[in-house]
Amino acid sequence: MLDAAPSKKPLVEVRNLKMHFPIYAGLLRRRVGEVKAVDGVSFDVYEGETLGLVGESGCGKSTCGRALLRLYEVTDGSITIDGVDIATLSNSDLREKRPTMQMVFQDPQASLNPRMTVQAIIQEPLDEHTTLSTKEKQQKVYELMDAVGLNRRFAGRYPHAFSGGQRQRIGIARALALNPKFIVCDEPIAALDVSIQAQVVNLLEDLQEQFGLTYLFISHDLSMVRHIATRVAVMYLGKIVELAPREALYASPLHPYTEALLSAVPEPDPSLEAKVERIILQGDVPSPANPPKGCNFCTRCPKVMPICREVEPQTREVRPGHFAACHLHEITSQPAGKTAAQEANERQHGE
Amino acid sequence: MTETTQTQEAIPVRNQWWDVWDQFKTHRGAVIGGAFLIFITLFVLLGPYLWQVDAQKLDIRNKDMRPFYVGLISDVKWSWSRPLGTDHLGRDIMANLIQGGQISMAVGWTAMILSLFLGTLIGVLAGFFKRLDGILMRFTDLVLSLPLLPILLVMMLLFRDPLRAAFGPETGIFILIVSGIGITSWMHTARIVRGDILAIKEREFVLAARSIGTPPRRMITRHLLPNVMSPIMVSATLGLASAIITESALSFLGLGFPSDFPTWGKILFDSVDRMASFPERVIWPGLCISLTVLSVNYIGDGLRDALDPRIRGL
Repeated sequence: MLDAAPSKKPLVEVRNLKMHFPIYAGLLRRRVGEVKAVDGVSFDVYEGETLGLVGESGCGKSTCGRALLRLYEVTDGSITIDGVDIATLSNSDLREKRPTMQMVFQDPQASLNPRMTVQAIIQEPLDEHTTLSTKEKQQKVYELMDAVGLNRRFAGRYPHAFSGGQRQRIGIARALALNPKFIVCDEPIAALDVSIQAQVVNLLEDLQEQFGLTYLFISHDLSMVRHIATRVAVMYLGKIVELAPREALYASPLHPYTEALLSAVPEPDPSLEAKVERIILQGDVPSPANPPKGCNFCTRCPKVMPICREVEPQTREVRPGHFAACHLHEITSQPAGKTAAQEANERQHGE
Repeated sequence: MTETTQTQEAIPVRNQWWDVWDQFKTHRGAVIGGAFLIFITLFVLLGPYLWQVDAQKLDIRNKDMRPFYVGLISDVKWSWSRPLGTDHLGRDIMANLIQGGQISMAVGWTAMILSLFLGTLIGVLAGFFKRLDGILMRFTDLVLSLPLLPILLVMMLLFRDPLRAAFGPETGIFILIVSGIGITSWMHTARIVRGDILAIKEREFVLAARSIGTPPRRMITRHLLPNVMSPIMVSATLGLASAIITESALSFLGLGFPSDFPTWGKILFDSVDRMASFPERVIWPGLCISLTVLSVNYIGDGLRDALDPRIRGL
């Protein structure tokens, strides 16, 4: 749970992942375009770390998480998990690979089959991938229920009889059943009460320690990500705009979007709250079916420059381990240019 | 904690079907319906052993007898040996009801199960596999737009004789009628099931099952079918009723079972022209049909509730 040591081996390597959904329209249902939900995303997740993936609604976080487990057929790019590129794996090989990667879903109500008992739900992965006897499976289910803090007596009950937090525990137990290495947590706490959120996040941390898990933690709750993540990636309109170790990102965000996002985190102390300067973004997120030319953020960026509307910024390592895709920091390589650019920028805004 | 869990494991988990039964018992209509269905099934199955009158025996001298309840209050021809009276050829109505019930129930259940199977199969395939959706649903529309009775009549004309030759007159006609009704009545079930499957397929628990690696066939049996049980159950109960009634209509048109082979529907139609003077000849078979259908409806209702864990309150 220390900040990412770069010497660690990456468990998941994502390169140029693209997930485009076709749009069909007209009388002949012809393909008229595509929603670029995830458009060229690259990142690594190191063994034993938690990579937080944040961004506003509709920016492609969940799609990215699902594409990572190949719940969608990816349009382009490669996803290497534990040495195997799963983006191109055949269905039968993919099935063999499923136990290494699991998912915890956002809505615990919807992610559990209402017609199955808790026992049957947690047992399903075991039924699919192991040849244990009924008795052994039962025992394993009990162990998993203990691990996530559910009473064994509840094994025969149905999901509707549980509270949201308990349901999420059932979902976590199901994800753990096959001893996975990598778990995608797709907003696991978004549908829960604040008091329950903390419980579930702490449970996830404990399990990580206990089983040596690696998480991709998708969330829009920045304070929760700050609590659990080792590194944080910020997504905007299908792209990762900034990726950095947690402390570096929260202390000195490089991308204007990250700055705006962080300035929106509520401050519990009212006296401090009054002093917080918020960066209010104007307008809406552009449609992912028709993203703007150049930088995706150029329509709303408070520090926009002419180049932003023309050229798409490349992701580069601005500081060690701190990646950003912004023209502001391309010029930063030369320290003199930085101030010049910022000055120019401020001047623009002052006018 | 360990102590309690130790004792927990010692207690055997209660079978879920007991919970289903407990819930079923609380639905009064379903219990009454179930009792009546058992009664009428036993009536038609064991009836011939208890009431040993040949249903087909013509007894012209004792024709047009009235049932005992009419005989007791007014001066008409009646006898205790023919409690429900006789028809215009002197055949015993009670014996006919028993024998006709066997055929009607057999046709109703088999045709219903066949159409349910076809409807569910096509609905699930169309809903689950996107590639099959268009073709299967257009096929459903095609069958739906065909006029049912003319099709059945053509089927009867084409296949009656070969089937009779192959399986004997009774079984041949039985197969023909059951398959005729079955393959002309699955379309509504298919549409309903497809719609529900399309909705359930997008739920997150199906995605969860995919992330586990559940193959499509087990996805269907484990996740989709249990969740479309209610609409299937409803169309099953309606299907039984319409199968019995379609069989009666076919018999009425003279294309069902041969004339010496009674069914509830046929007894009913045979007696319609003299209904005013002999109401018992329509009332009894009519009651049999409607009460059977009604009891199956109630049972379906009760089962649907009992199989839903949310209503069962567990």
